[in-house]
Amino acid sequence: MPSAMEIYKLLPKKNCGECKSPTCLAFAMQLANQKVALAACPYVSPEAKATLEESGAPPIKLITFGPAEAPSKLGDETQLFRHDKTFYHPTVLGIIVDDAKGVLAMKAGIESAKSMSFERVGQMVRVDSVAIRHSTGNPADFLESVKLAASSGLSVVLMTEEPKLMAEALSLCAPGKPLLYRATPQNLDEMAAVAKGCGFPLVIGGAASIDELTQLSERAKKAGLADLVLEPVATSANLLLEDMTLVRRAAIRKKLRLLGFPTLSVLGSSNSDEAKAALGIMKYSSVVLMEELPREFVYPLLALRQNIFTDPQVPIQVKAGLYTVGEPNDKSPLLFTTNFSLTYFTVRADIEKSRVPVWLLVVDTDGQSVMTSFAAGKLTPEIVQKAMDTQKVKEKNSRNEIIIPGQVSRMSGKLGELTGMKIFVGPRESSGLPKMLKSLTA
Amino acid sequence: MANEALKEKFQGRIHEVAIGATKEQGGTRRSRIVVGGENGLPFHKFESDAPHMPVIAMDVIDTVRVVPEQLVKSMGPVVKDPVEWAKKCERDWGADLCVLKLQSANPEEENRSVAECESLVREVLKATSLPLVVYGCGVEEKDAKVMEAVSNAGRGERLFLGQAEEKAFKSITAAAMANGHGIVAFSNLDINLAKQMNILLLDFGMKPENIIMDPLLAALGMGLEYSYSVMERLRLGALSGDPVLQMPIITDCSCAWAVPEALEEDQAKGKPELRGVYWETLTAYAAAVAGSDILIMRQPDAVKRVRAALSELAGGA
Ligand code: B12
Ligand code: SF4
Repeated sequence: MPSAMEIYKLLPKKNCGECKSPTCLAFAMQLANQKVALAACPYVSPEAKATLEESGAPPIKLITFGPAEAPSKLGDETQLFRHDKTFYHPTVLGIIVDDAKGVLAMKAGIESAKSMSFERVGQMVRVDSVAIRHSTGNPADFLESVKLAASSGLSVVLMTEEPKLMAEALSLCAPGKPLLYRATPQNLDEMAAVAKGCGFPLVIGGAASIDELTQLSERAKKAGLADLVLEPVATSANLLLEDMTLVRRAAIRKKLRLLGFPTLSVLGSSNSDEAKAALGIMKYSSVVLMEELPREFVYPLLALRQNIFTDPQVPIQVKAGLYTVGEPNDKSPLLFTTNFSLTYFTVRADIEKSRVPVWLLVVDTDGQSVMTSFAAGKLTPEIVQKAMDTQKVKEKNSRNEIIIPGQVSRMSGKLGELTGMKIFVGPRESSGLPKMLKSLTA
Repeated sequence: MANEALKEKFQGRIHEVAIGATKEQGGTRRSRIVVGGENGLPFHKFESDAPHMPVIAMDVIDTVRVVPEQLVKSMGPVVKDPVEWAKKCERDWGADLCVLKLQSANPEEENRSVAECESLVREVLKATSLPLVVYGCGVEEKDAKVMEAVSNAGRGERLFLGQAEEKAFKSITAAAMANGHGIVAFSNLDINLAKQMNILLLDFGMKPENIIMDPLLAALGMGLEYSYSVMERLRLGALSGDPVLQMPIITDCSCAWAVPEALEEDQAKGKPELRGVYWETLTAYAAAVAGSDILIMRQPDAVKRVRAALSELAGGA
């Protein structure tokens, strides 16, 4: 956002008060603090309006594609390093299916992409997108697969450099707002016309350097396109790192509008591509498209994405409270743990393996793990006792015993005193819980 | 805009630190490994120089107790014998360094004696020629004695001893200084603690070129994001000129094998053996991208993948 003085210079300076601010300067100050909208002044010139809107826009434009129920959101990032604030929009992961392999293989590829969906620490993580590519195969297979992809629930990327085929393909999946891949220096004018006609975002790429990519972006802008995705060179990992870094710096540090768009990397399926996919997640790729990959790799890759895009200020956490696993009664075992998502879901999964119904008291530790919160004084016997009172644990459970995490065995004495309960020190790792629970209730 | 305008120059540079000593240098190692020396962000070769690639140190543990079953299977029976394990790291698995972890010295576990630990170090030194890092069991009183013995056993070899912690660094640092070894400075996911640890060591008389720092790597899915950001901040601090942060970074990526998700049975996530390999691979790769100079790793396939990925990232392939 520009400063109050920069805004003031562009205002009509009538001081008429119609904006409900006494003077233009006061209005400018309110605007700079984002307290009012520019539209409140009836007299701003269209030029001033354009200038202000442009300079107030985020350094990297937010681009959305995919179905309205599960859109893929790209860009709108403001940082080079996550610790400076956070990264907002997790890299969209897509699987490429290619018509060179025939329609059956493409269909299988789409199904496989759909199946790469997992729950991890209480969130859904998944392959978000499927990219249908026309290369050397039959255009009919390509179009057939586009139709299939359109009903997959995934966001769709259409990959062909032939404008006519693109136009045909997008008519088959238009309600799902596909991403169009791509315009190159060779086909830009025709492809821009297609994109303009449908209003869907367009990838621009095939440029040999960042300078050339900038020129391409300028041509696209002149052609009237506002929603672009940039594809810098990614032929090797070191080039990917260099170009992604420079593009991100240009957008954020230099406010270079022509490079202020999300980015995309197209990869293959070799070990080297796997590493590049991880690099893309860490270093500024908004979209990573890969050829089919083993699920043994996809799951940890999704975990990496979740880690990198976690807000550094706020750990992923669950609500504190008294949870049930299975259908416990007043004689079922009672355990406690912390409200750090990773801790809670790990412990819960291990309890479920035992098939023993239990009460699980989740103590509010500001989303920290057992040892971290214990070391930080956020998991004390007093805090546990208070949580028991607030949750009225004793009203629901008459066993008068509590199982505590093995790593905080040191709190048993004090906790026993405070609650009058018998303390059972559990295993250090919750993986030992099934055995313990079964023996307890045997 | 020309690329030049987007490039970044830093005034700081990471110290070069050498591990191991060859015959000419008074030891018996086949080569000396040098890390550090970079004056830019990791792999930012387009705007800085990095004379040394990150290296891979493979760990050898003196007790199979802590090695997950699946690893015992995929790495073979050698993991039951630390000397054979170390030989394998050198001859078959292409490690740059070896990290010997004397965990069985722990009084609450096997409680192996100081003499036994010392003789194991001697044997490993005799049977292999990789530069060696030796970690104690983490119990201060015991490590004080173990490390003194290790230091003497490795005289001339320029070992690195670990780990110096804020509340327990004097005896281990004295042991390192006594025979010209280096030290691994541990801190807990906190840039101020890392800095504090280095200051303590420098005040104690340790030279900066004898220190590498371990800011604690949390594995993928276990808080990797904290470690990633701590390392980025440490590196940015060092490059912008803070002399007490200009030490190379070492991270223990073998922690990936302790993550339940890496090895759990779940068909939807594929085979656990392979998933585990990827888990360690991605943990290590992320550590390198964030600024780690020495990656401690365990599984040979993961080592191979990481080595290839890093060489491409450094512009080598
Ligand atoms: C990530 C991390 C952090 C993150 C926090 C992440 C978070 N949201 O909690 C950050 C960087 C913020 C952090 C900070 C600190 N940390 Co910290 N941190 C870690 C780390 C690397 C991983 C913790 C983790 O997520 N574990 C995973 C979860 C799932 O484990 P968990 O909650 O313990 O649950 C397991 C068991 O306890 C058990 N379990 C859980 N509940 C239950 C319930 C029952 C009934 C049973 C039977 C079992 C059970 O099963 C679970 C799965 O096995 C560990 C080291 C490590 N590798 O473990 C250090 C560690 C926990 N941290 C430690 C310390 C000292 C700190 C700090 C005090 C240091 C500092 N820098 O000031 C601060 C405190 C924070 C503060 N002041 O607010 C120490 C604790 C030392 C000790 N023994 O007391 C550790 C062990 C590191 C070390 N080796 O020194 N930390
Ligand atoms: S309405 Fe416009 S011209 Fe009138 S005071 Fe407000 S800003 Fe100034």
